[in-house]
Amino acid sequence: MNNNYAHSAQSSSPKSATSAVSLKNLNKSFGDVTAVSNLDLEIPHGEFFSMLGPSGSGKTTVLRIIAGFETASSGKVFLEGSDVTELAPFDRDVNTVFQDYALFPHMSIQLNVEYGLRARKMPKAERTKLASEAIESVKLTHLADRFPHQLSGGQRQRIALARALVLRPKVLLLDEPLGALDKQLREEMQVELKRIQREAGITFIFVTHDQEEAMRMSDRIAVFNHGQIEQIGTPREVYENPSSAFVASFLGVSNLISGPPAKELFGSEQMVNVRPERIKLQKDGSKSASDEIAINAKIVDVAYTGANTLYVLESEAGLRLVATRLNEELPGQDLGLEAGDRVLATFRKEHVAKIPNNK
Amino acid sequence: MSAIQKVPNRPLSTYLHKRPTTRLIALLALPMTWLVGVYIISLALLLVTAFWFIDPFTSKVIVGFTIENFVNIFTVPAYFATSIRTLGIAVAVTVVCIAFAIPLGIFMAKLARPWVRNLLAVAITLPLWAGYLVKLLAMRLTFTEEGLVNWLMAPFGINGPGFGIPVTILTLVYLWFPYMALPVFTAIRQLPLNLFDASADLGAKGWATVSRMVLPLITPAIIAGSVFTFSLSLGDYLAARFVGGKTQMIGSIIASNINLNPPVAAAFSMVPIAFVVMYLMIARRTGSLERM
Repeated sequence: MNNNYAHSAQSSSPKSATSAVSLKNLNKSFGDVTAVSNLDLEIPHGEFFSMLGPSGSGKTTVLRIIAGFETASSGKVFLEGSDVTELAPFDRDVNTVFQDYALFPHMSIQLNVEYGLRARKMPKAERTKLASEAIESVKLTHLADRFPHQLSGGQRQRIALARALVLRPKVLLLDEPLGALDKQLREEMQVELKRIQREAGITFIFVTHDQEEAMRMSDRIAVFNHGQIEQIGTPREVYENPSSAFVASFLGVSNLISGPPAKELFGSEQMVNVRPERIKLQKDGSKSASDEIAINAKIVDVAYTGANTLYVLESEAGLRLVATRLNEELPGQDLGLEAGDRVLATFRKEHVAKIPNNK
Repeated sequence: MSAIQKVPNRPLSTYLHKRPTTRLIALLALPMTWLVGVYIISLALLLVTAFWFIDPFTSKVIVGFTIENFVNIFTVPAYFATSIRTLGIAVAVTVVCIAFAIPLGIFMAKLARPWVRNLLAVAITLPLWAGYLVKLLAMRLTFTEEGLVNWLMAPFGINGPGFGIPVTILTLVYLWFPYMALPVFTAIRQLPLNLFDASADLGAKGWATVSRMVLPLITPAIIAGSVFTFSLSLGDYLAARFVGGKTQMIGSIIASNINLNPPVAAAFSMVPIAFVVMYLMIARRTGSLERM
């Protein structure tokens, strides 16, 4: 059941010289509002690519331009090297999974999945077979005769996926597809999506505002802000070496230090970032190693979050830091730090990431 | 905060509160008097009249029983042809209204800017504000021999359609279009925009999207609208009289017999009702009424 998409993986590999999707100097404005400005992007074949950003950052607009639902104000869209900028959605070899699934309410699940095959004028017997296989691949064969309103959110999500994948597109666009699901189901679907993507070998472009989701699934992430890409890289790159304060604070918790406090600690006013999990806490009066930076601080707040405990610290110079500790020990066997305690916060110099574009 | 419950002095409310049936009767008395007393009884009287006949010598209505009036509808060629012609005109009016309403509805609901949408909504309902005869007169002036259509077409050597069935159909479309356009527009407006995106995304072009997605989803609205366009067209006779030339409709026969031969007029009144009932039964069979 897992091999349904295997053959398209082979068919897409020989063309790897050109990108699956490439955007050249893309601009889009709605009236006075600029949604996307001067955007360039290359997405290679078979990549799980995420577009991450807050709402209004232009990520969904870019997705809709690739799908053909919006036309760019200027710039070009290439699919497998050919210019599709002027083509209608029905002439583009991409398919979309919509945020609220967009299943046709008057059609059974089977007919929903057949919709695209029917538009391609495939004979009935063949399209019934392909649609049934696609429904089977998302494990919902027993619901094929039901209607969308009789399905749960997660089931509708799977059908939306099957409906798009049955057409074996070169690129699958996913517009916050997991946004409406509860946490547990979302995590299941993340694993499922990743599996399907690997087996089908299709390029996935995934729009989300959830950084954890993007990090978990993506080969590369583009972080969007104000209609531009602030940074593109692997999850590790964008997390460890954020190019801007925005990227640093959008992905995970950050400790951004700049100006006089930075000069005092690191000898330069340039902005740097230290991730909270890299900050070690020791009892007041402990010694720090020579390759470490040490800050005497007071604990302002402690928050227990299950796997971790989060500490908000304030240095004598008034610098605020957030540190997290993994809860390896049972309560009572750990350091037992509480709000008001004085601690020595230390982190290694190599864990200090310089932020090149500080604004 | 007093612990003692005050007993208000409202005898009528207290009385009704204890008697749900009386309450129900009080609630429905007025509308039921209207519905049963005026509406149903007058229709029933009409049906009864249809079985009476007329004395051929004195032209007086004789109270009796004959089904000849109904038989005549089928056996007198002119009567039967008029019934079929009227049915054809009503179907044509409905089809033209649907064909106009769907693209207009898609444009208004999904493409137009808000001010254009509001403007069109007013433009569609505007004819409803004008009197019926005003609209008939307007169409008559447009299509008359020296009218606008002929004047516009003259340079091309074309003579517009004189008064006849086509102009009757156009006039009825003009009269009843709002009743189709509004429900269709409202129904299309309720379709999520991303269903259109999804349809295009899956490869369906414009016509396929309309026929496989829009049309099935707005069928209840089309049926609601067509009940108006169809039944109003079936019952109309002034359009045929003023812009129909020699065209006769069921209404024309009823109108000309109302004084001369009331039983025949009554029998003919049943024909549009029968057509509408048949139409609703067909609609019910398709299951579209359940989604209304």
